[in-house]
Amino acid sequence: MIDILQSVIPTVLFFSAPLILTALGGVFSERSGVINIGLEGLMVIGAFVGIVFNLTFADSLGAWTPWISIIVASIVGALFSVIHAVASVSLRADQTVSGVAINMLALGLGVYLTKVWYDKGQTDMVTQPFFSTNIPILSEIPVIGPIFFKGIYVTSYIAIILAFVAWYVLYKTAFGLRLRAVGEHPMAADTNGINVYKMRYIAVIISGALGGLGGSIFALTIVSNFSHSTIVGQGFMALAAVIFGKWHPLGAMGAALFFGFAQSLSIVSSGIPVLSDIPQVFLLIAPYLLTILALAGFIGRAEAPRANGVPYIKGSR
Amino acid sequence: MTTNNNRLFGLLVPVISVILGLLVGAIIMIASGHNPIEAYGALWRGAFGDAFTIGETIRRITPLILTGLAIAFAFRTGLFNIGAEGQVIVGWLAAVWVGLAVDAPMIIHLPMAILAGAIAGGLWGFIPGILKAKLGVHEVIVTIMMNYIAMFVSNEIVRSVLTDHKTTTERIADTASLSSAWLQGLTFYSRMHYGILIALFAAVVMWFIIQRTTLGYELKAVGFNKHASKYAGMNVSKSIVLSMVIAGGFAGLAGAMEGLGTYGSVSVISGFTNLGFDGIAVALLGANNPFGVVLAAILFGVLKEGAGEMPTGAGVPTELVDIIIAIIIFFVASSYIIRWALLRFKKEGK
Repeated sequence: MIDILQSVIPTVLFFSAPLILTALGGVFSERSGVINIGLEGLMVIGAFVGIVFNLTFADSLGAWTPWISIIVASIVGALFSVIHAVASVSLRADQTVSGVAINMLALGLGVYLTKVWYDKGQTDMVTQPFFSTNIPILSEIPVIGPIFFKGIYVTSYIAIILAFVAWYVLYKTAFGLRLRAVGEHPMAADTNGINVYKMRYIAVIISGALGGLGGSIFALTIVSNFSHSTIVGQGFMALAAVIFGKWHPLGAMGAALFFGFAQSLSIVSSGIPVLSDIPQVFLLIAPYLLTILALAGFIGRAEAPRANGVPYIKGSR
Repeated sequence: MTTNNNRLFGLLVPVISVILGLLVGAIIMIASGHNPIEAYGALWRGAFGDAFTIGETIRRITPLILTGLAIAFAFRTGLFNIGAEGQVIVGWLAAVWVGLAVDAPMIIHLPMAILAGAIAGGLWGFIPGILKAKLGVHEVIVTIMMNYIAMFVSNEIVRSVLTDHKTTTERIADTASLSSAWLQGLTFYSRMHYGILIALFAAVVMWFIIQRTTLGYELKAVGFNKHASKYAGMNVSKSIVLSMVIAGGFAGLAGAMEGLGTYGSVSVISGFTNLGFDGIAVALLGANNPFGVVLAAILFGVLKEGAGEMPTGAGVPTELVDIIIAIIIFFVASSYIIRWALLRFKKEGK
């Protein structure tokens, strides 16, 4: 049993980290009332920037490269999401349509620039990706140590810590209360002197930063290069985690961990007696199927923020 | 604002968006050190250079018309069908399946295979439709999830049911094929097939349903105001489900066109075909009007097919066209700013 856990849990954490981060971004955006179908595109931009930065500066930055890469990717993701914010908050565009456009633009731009800069459809493999490590002291603890702290990626723990930070920000600070108010009843929030547009811009930009972070971590831990097929559906799976987690940061983290578990199962299942009999396709579709069931109310009702997807027009009833 | 003004804006917004999209594309090319005039020249040659490229362009336009209709039709009932992608995949699979498994003369086999595609797509639309109608589940999320389910299930069926762990099925029987020696001969052996006629006919069907039938009237009414329609005695649930089924049927047809016409087989796919997502752009630019959809599909088909010539002709990666299409969507979706600018312009002119 411990052997199984030892092989499964590090893989689950490994696959979940990008999902958790991106889903947290989705929670911020949707809690403020802006639907973000563009999470996929934000991850693509994050992956692209993370890989390109890493390839360019690996020689001069050495071991620090992956860390600085994900920070840069996060900043560029934030800047990129401004497009979505302008379209859906200021220009009152249909938020779903704008999100779809973000996805197309991100992939188009990423692959276009890859071809212009590298003369081929995919970049080289990075020389400075994240490596799995043993966390000192903690990995020495019997039983728990080898399961949770041996051969682990530090980024996984950063993702989990950030989920708690997000929960604290959204539920324990004035800023979080305002952000949620804007997503539930923007007019009431406006009457109380909260700047609805500003809050929504901030929320979308946070989602861009987290999406970029998630995408770059995905690229620098799981794939190590960028091409049109680096991010395929990760962003949508993160969106599913947002909903399955009922728009709550910790819920989204739980859902992302579960989806990471489902993904890792399709890889490690051959080693586990019961699971090796299940055809892989069921594990592959599990996250999507569960999301539909959750929405349909079969697994507890998932209710979106009231004003989600509705542009706020000052002065209208 | 008068109706005349509205109609004018309705025409101006897409035209201005396309021009702006091409302009931004040109700016990106200049910024990355390419010559936009050369590139757009290559794009033109890639789409209309000779009979072969024209045939391929028409082939490219065919499924775009159908996925555009799939999204536009659902939009009319106030539904956002992001699931056209998945509906295309299941339609493709079902049509090819019938094309492979059934043995019948063409007059039965071909319609059967086409219909199988439409029904499979319709079924894939039925699920989000019924969930929306009965449980109030938002169709956007369900259809996105259905896309992935379609992809993984289709891959599994291709691998384990239709073939013995291969990635592509055999070619379909000739009796189920839409390809035409005559059209191919006319266009130097391009992959152009009879599907374009079906796509254009589907546009007429959508126009007829929406404008000339009670059903279409009800669908539109539900799209405008659900509650008012309910008070007027219309069955809102039925309208929502039907709208999604018909929309799914159009997308399923698009898949059937690819399966029976262009490729003649179905393969394991690692990512989406993008036909469904491009359909969103088509429907949006076509203002959800069947004939607008045909025009928009022609534009995007030309851009996408012409893009193939850009790397060799001007050294510009084909993805530039994806960027241009994304920008066009942004401008159409944010038409508020264009309307505002136009109004401003008019006032100053007075």
